[in-house]
Amino acid sequence: MELITSLIAITLRAGTSLVYATIGETYTERAGILNLGLEGIMLMGAVSSFATAYYTGSLALAIVVALVVGGFMALIHAFLSVTMKANQVVSGLSITLFGTGFASFLGQRLGPESNGFYLVGLTGPRFIALDVGALADVPILGALLNQDLFTYGVYLIIPLAWFYLYRTKNGLWLRAIGENPRTADAMGVNVNRAKYGYTVFGGMLTALGGAHLALAYTPGWSENITGGRGWIVIALVIFSMWNPARAITGALIFGGINAVQFRLQASGTNIPAAFLNMLPYLMTIIVLIAITWWETLSKRVGAPASLGTAYVREDK
Amino acid sequence: MSLAFEKRKTVSKTALVVTPILSFIVSLVLTGILLLAFKANPLTTYAAMFKGAFGSGRAFTETLVKAIPLMLTGLGVALAFKLKFWNIGAEGQLTLAGVAASWVAIYWSPWMPEPLLLPAVILVGAAAGALWAGVPALLKTSLKVDETLVTLMLNYVAILFSTHLYYGPWRDPKGYGFPGTELFPKAAWFPRIAGRAHIGLYFALIAAVVLWFVLQRTRWGFELKVIGSSPKAARYQGISVERNIVLAVLLSGALCGLAGVGEVAGISRRLQQGLSLGYGYTAIIVAWMAQLNPLAIPFVAVLMGALLVGGDQVQMVMGLPSSMGILMQGMMLFPLLAGSLFTEYRIKRVGGRVARQSAEGAA
Repeated sequence: MELITSLIAITLRAGTSLVYATIGETYTERAGILNLGLEGIMLMGAVSSFATAYYTGSLALAIVVALVVGGFMALIHAFLSVTMKANQVVSGLSITLFGTGFASFLGQRLGPESNGFYLVGLTGPRFIALDVGALADVPILGALLNQDLFTYGVYLIIPLAWFYLYRTKNGLWLRAIGENPRTADAMGVNVNRAKYGYTVFGGMLTALGGAHLALAYTPGWSENITGGRGWIVIALVIFSMWNPARAITGALIFGGINAVQFRLQASGTNIPAAFLNMLPYLMTIIVLIAITWWETLSKRVGAPASLGTAYVREDK
Repeated sequence: MSLAFEKRKTVSKTALVVTPILSFIVSLVLTGILLLAFKANPLTTYAAMFKGAFGSGRAFTETLVKAIPLMLTGLGVALAFKLKFWNIGAEGQLTLAGVAASWVAIYWSPWMPEPLLLPAVILVGAAAGALWAGVPALLKTSLKVDETLVTLMLNYVAILFSTHLYYGPWRDPKGYGFPGTELFPKAAWFPRIAGRAHIGLYFALIAAVVLWFVLQRTRWGFELKVIGSSPKAARYQGISVERNIVLAVLLSGALCGLAGVGEVAGISRRLQQGLSLGYGYTAIIVAWMAQLNPLAIPFVAVLMGALLVGGDQVQMVMGLPSSMGILMQGMMLFPLLAGSLFTEYRIKRVGGRVARQSAEGAA
């Protein structure tokens, strides 16, 4: 029981950043915009929030900075893909390339002089698990409660994101934009403004995921802190069939892999670490194959119909 | 009055040449602003970068050393992108090829006739790159699995696998604990041309010309072009879309693999940490800056190589982070993509009243 409780606790902690980014990208893709820039946005969220927390000591301010930075990065993507009608795949890739380069630059420049201007290796304020007293010792429930505020946020954002998408008028419009922008336009929705809005929103949540890594999960800054999570999230969105309620399953699978890896390594196994570290990436491929296969068999298409294409209003 | 966009039937030729150059200039300006924010003088920084990349014979050969893998991966990526197959796995294809080439160089050399060793290193390395690209290609064509994610995930797998080898079973027992394999036998080395620049340069240049010829002047190139613009149209014309995608992506992977062979056989002469410095990702910028034109790729690759070498230089001379070069490369795609509005769309002015009325009519 104790093992299960601790595995659940680690799973949730590892899955938290994935949930934020998965929900963010789900909203972006529902608006018909594919953002492959998540990895870069996450890195920028991580480096900016850590630097802020380190210098100001304020975790709240660190979150605000991450949100602003993530929103701005996504705004670039929205500008390129909506206004300039650029290829969304390449635009997203360029966000990732730019974000990776810029985050690495900042990590080598923003640090204190005593550390050679490096941010690597510094410790700053961090989010710690809330003190829930004796409840923390209750099996299973303790794992859910003995978490930091970020993870508590997950319990809140999943139902909210689901409710907005499926039970509000704005959510209906959002789904319409992704499926058929022309119809949404006819319904009186400002399609391109909405695309901007949801892309920026998605970037903000993604950066929040990055901030969770730097402020709570693996506190501090290191060059490859995300380790491909931004890419795994793209697969998770597909896996959850663009439904925020299902975002949790994917995150739990991958959080769970992390937890198992962690356990195995701690208990000293014969499997080389490199092979254990491959698991999340191999699992992503397997999950993708399975979901695509299932989609073909059941003739279901999960992706919003207009995903990845620019909306050009025909003025004729 | 308002503006309307009309998709061009053919891409504007002038815009194809002008936009990359403008993009480079915009990237210089943007990075310059950033440098000012960090209290560094952009002009002296750029001068130092230029000098670091081209200032001496040694500097230039070092720029070429970086440009060689960028040319090969750039060509590979461009070929796949032409088909709208988003191969972002060049990094992994390069790495796995480096592993395979090292395997041949070290473990086949005892029994292999010396003159055959280098050809075997090259062939097996390129084949490994092709194999690593072939997996996502087959998944895409047979099951429609998204290739972007598969190619990217395989990067991590290949890199972890190579790390495992040079830290573990392949580690040189006489290496004083240094993570890396033993030095390759001389017969497996790429001859060098000047400085550390090796014959991979010739492979890259020949590949660029051949690829251009194939794409522009052969039946197969024509088929690929049709598939790239519309797979549906290709099917109507009786072109086998799936077979052609797999073949082209195998070739794409082989080119990226060749870059990995060059890195181990031409530069480090062993498998060790830092096999790739993100060449596979920079390749995307190279391919796009060259507008997927194989003949333009060598020039763009030299420019990108110069930014990397120049970035190292400003770190040594001015204490600025070496990631300067990578940052500038990252910024270059933004203006370029923004420019695609002008290369792919024709912008028309339409009278305000009429347009609004017709918009309402359409709605």
